[in-house]
Amino acid sequence: MDDRIEKRIELKAPVSRVWRAITDYREFGEWFRVKLDGPFVAGTASTGHITYPGYEHLKWEAVVQKMEPERLFSFTWHPYAVDPKMDYSREASTLVEFRLEKTATGTLLVLTESGFDKIPAERRLEAFRRNDGGWTAQMKNIENHVTNYVAKN
Amino acid sequence: MLRKTNTRAVIRMRDRAHVFAALGDETRLALVVKLSDGRPHSISRLTRGTRLTRQAITKHLRVLEGAGMVHSTRQGRESLYEFNPQPIIGLKEYIDLVSGEWDRALVRLKNLVER
Repeated sequence: MDDRIEKRIELKAPVSRVWRAITDYREFGEWFRVKLDGPFVAGTASTGHITYPGYEHLKWEAVVQKMEPERLFSFTWHPYAVDPKMDYSREASTLVEFRLEKTATGTLLVLTESGFDKIPAERRLEAFRRNDGGWTAQMKNIENHVTNYVAKN
Repeated sequence: MLRKTNTRAVIRMRDRAHVFAALGDETRLALVVKLSDGRPHSISRLTRGTRLTRQAITKHLRVLEGAGMVHSTRQGRESLYEFNPQPIIGLKEYIDLVSGEWDRALVRLKNLVER
């Protein structure tokens, strides 16, 4: 099964602008909705807290892996590490990579997140419990399945 | 190779049907919601606040157990029931959830750099 996420998005802005938006800790914080304690430095931990409404009590913790100017920015983290009482540091983390490419109209951003196969089932449940969208999607799955089942039998 | 994958897909479908059937009942759905706090619960605790008897709750728990959604452990004279999210929340569902968050974040990034 595919255990990674890949997103490709065309941005009408120069590579230098996009690079700044993803690697300047204040700008990153603005769109990612996190307040970071300091700048990103390759090979070091990045800390802060989430500013997403309703999740302000949650910490942000990541380890910056690579910073190759205007080309590649990557970090490892624990997606949906949503329980403030839990220590996620010993659990497997996922790798997030932002790759930038110059295009005729601006920048192509390719985002990948990989390593999901190592995330324990309990953690997945936790993420769903805290995310309305997750459960809504699940209920929809159940509904579709039941409808198909009834239609076929 | 192809046949192997198909067999696995069929088994997965059958498992899912089992799970969905187990969830297709109001009482059991309510039990799953209670159990999904991740803590083990005793039958008396699960019975509390319902109009059902211990026996009825036990019967429903067995159905959930059969679908792999709960497992029980004995503690002294009591059975404790714990939720197992695996059959409901597969890897794919989890990835879809994280993926949806990225979609929203990237829209915010786009708005920021194209401003």
